[in-house]
Amino acid sequence: MSLLELTDVTRSVRLPDDTVLHILRGVTLAVDAGEHVAIVGRSGTGKSTLLNILGLLDAPTTGAYLLEGTPVQKLSNRTRTVRRGRDFGFVFQQFNLLPGRTALENVTAPLLYARGRQFWGRTRLAAQMLERVGLGDRLDTMPEKLSGGEQQRVAIARALVRGPRVILADEPTGALDVETGGEVMDLLDEIASQTGAALVTITHDLAVAARAERQYRLTEGALVPITLDTASHWVGDVPTQVADRSAAVERRLLPTGEADEPLQEVPA
Amino acid sequence: MTGVVGALVEAWDELRIHKLRVLLALIGVACAVTAITGVTAAIAMMQQAYAEQNERQNGRSVTVTFDAWPMTENPEGDPATLDAQYTSALERYGIEYASRSRSVMVDARFPDGTRSVTAQAVDAEYSTLRRVVPVDGRWFTEADEQAYAPTLVVNEAFLRTLGVRDLSTHPTVEVGGGAPVTATIVGVTADDWTDVPPTAFVLYDQYQHWLAGATSTGADFGMMMNQPAPSLLVWVPPGEHRALQEQIRRDVKASMPGWDVQSWDNDYDQGAIDGAARWVGLGVGGFALLLGGLGLVNIALVTVRYRIREIGIRRSFGATSSRVFFGVMLESVVATVVAGLVGVVVAVAIVKNIPVERVFGGGIQDMPPFPFSAALVGMAAATAVGALAGLIPATFAVRVRVIDAIRY
Repeated sequence: MSLLELTDVTRSVRLPDDTVLHILRGVTLAVDAGEHVAIVGRSGTGKSTLLNILGLLDAPTTGAYLLEGTPVQKLSNRTRTVRRGRDFGFVFQQFNLLPGRTALENVTAPLLYARGRQFWGRTRLAAQMLERVGLGDRLDTMPEKLSGGEQQRVAIARALVRGPRVILADEPTGALDVETGGEVMDLLDEIASQTGAALVTITHDLAVAARAERQYRLTEGALVPITLDTASHWVGDVPTQVADRSAAVERRLLPTGEADEPLQEVPA
Repeated sequence: MTGVVGALVEAWDELRIHKLRVLLALIGVACAVTAITGVTAAIAMMQQAYAEQNERQNGRSVTVTFDAWPMTENPEGDPATLDAQYTSALERYGIEYASRSRSVMVDARFPDGTRSVTAQAVDAEYSTLRRVVPVDGRWFTEADEQAYAPTLVVNEAFLRTLGVRDLSTHPTVEVGGGAPVTATIVGVTADDWTDVPPTAFVLYDQYQHWLAGATSTGADFGMMMNQPAPSLLVWVPPGEHRALQEQIRRDVKASMPGWDVQSWDNDYDQGAIDGAARWVGLGVGGFALLLGGLGLVNIALVTVRYRIREIGIRRSFGATSSRVFFGVMLESVVATVVAGLVGVVVAVAIVKNIPVERVFGGGIQDMPPFPFSAALVGMAAATAVGALAGLIPATFAVRVRVIDAIRY
């Protein structure tokens, strides 16, 4: 049984002109504990929607989503919210740190919704987590006084402080330079592997995606597995329904930063 | 347990971090509560000041005045008999506060010559009936009734005319016509208005003993009105006064054949004034609260719009809708409760420091207690406004989809 399991999931919204926009079409994906999965794709292809569905921030229109074998559609709103707080850690592109609060207070914030030891020992746990991400000396620093990399490390500490089963990272390096982005991903990979949490990364950056054990591309709402080498080259592409990656057609993607442009396929 | 503590911690954090916003909200609500509480207290004081002023002029509520006249050439009984009948009636009905009262003219020898001054011949209880409080010295006591010389309580004008500054020298004055007696001034009352002529109070029995036959002018207003006996002022409980008044009048009349006994009271309706003052107070307080509440709602709405992203982030941490709702509400209510407390404290400080004499044109003898009911109403109103002001943004905060909120 996978930790997360999407089967033929669709997500559609009705637009003001009464037309239906299909954001996700028949997405099937399974993520196991401790696994690192990357999803790439152009803007507007439904990457964030997929991440939101995985993180229980949104619900599929059709299809099944099993969380440790439990259909999430059967969970009440409250249970979904509680499990979101307990089982998922979110890392956002824009860090989304709470303004006016120190690094320590930001990392403490998720623990306000925890119970027992996590709640009562929240300050100690938050300080330990900041120590772990290398910010032990910046506990009382306001986010605006931190560099981009440090802010993202605070966000990572905040995402991990409750010991989530799944880390959902939405463009975690999107607002960082290449070097800092690399450091942040090193940290995420390290802590995820230490804690055994699954890591699902959405990114434009092929180098970031290449760190994952499995990579997927979202195209017009459909999820297809791809293979990236460490030089950020797209080397494979098959529909998810076809599990055999060996049939992939090698393609080449543009470098990071130009990924909003249409993907250009390169013949093998 | 952790949920409640967490919500409180969260609400407190919000207040701590958004100090300026909270302060702005607090000012509006605190002003409103100050207005409600302060205006209510001020109205209570104004009503008391008005009542006391009225009681100084017309007697306590309810004071019944009895007057008796002989209706025939040779009526049975005399003023002394009437006096005895009055005393008997007062004892019979257990009336504690009563005083005879008679306006008379008394000759007084001042350094610049003898003048006839208006004097009021009364009993010691008169000061209670009319709220007479000397600004210097004291009012009459029962011991004065047994004194071997008359005692006087005079107004400031009397003392000035006498060329005396205060009572430290135990001043005396010669009063009476043909056979003047030396009267000791034991108390001084404030002048009722500027340029008031000298006036004095004298105990009725002393007046009768020392001065009644000695007035040079014989200017006894009662006698001039063919009223040989003094008026009797009686302070009776409201509600019983009509029956009691009629009973005493009938009793005295029955025992004094040939005399007519009239009575009247000062129980006229002051409800219109009280009611108007109350409505003014409620109006001012309610309007202030409305303004404060609108300001609070406005600030709260702007803040929630500003905080939607933050609320979205919190919901991604696992903050339930109810927790978000409760948090925003609590934040608002905590702020307004604090504001209410500040408002009440400010109102108390203002009320306690009102220059009563300057504002109400005379001191208040029986200062009304601080209206704690008004303070409670103010606090309750502030809390209600806080809850109401929190309800709108809280509903707004909960209805926004989490993913939309995070991207806001």
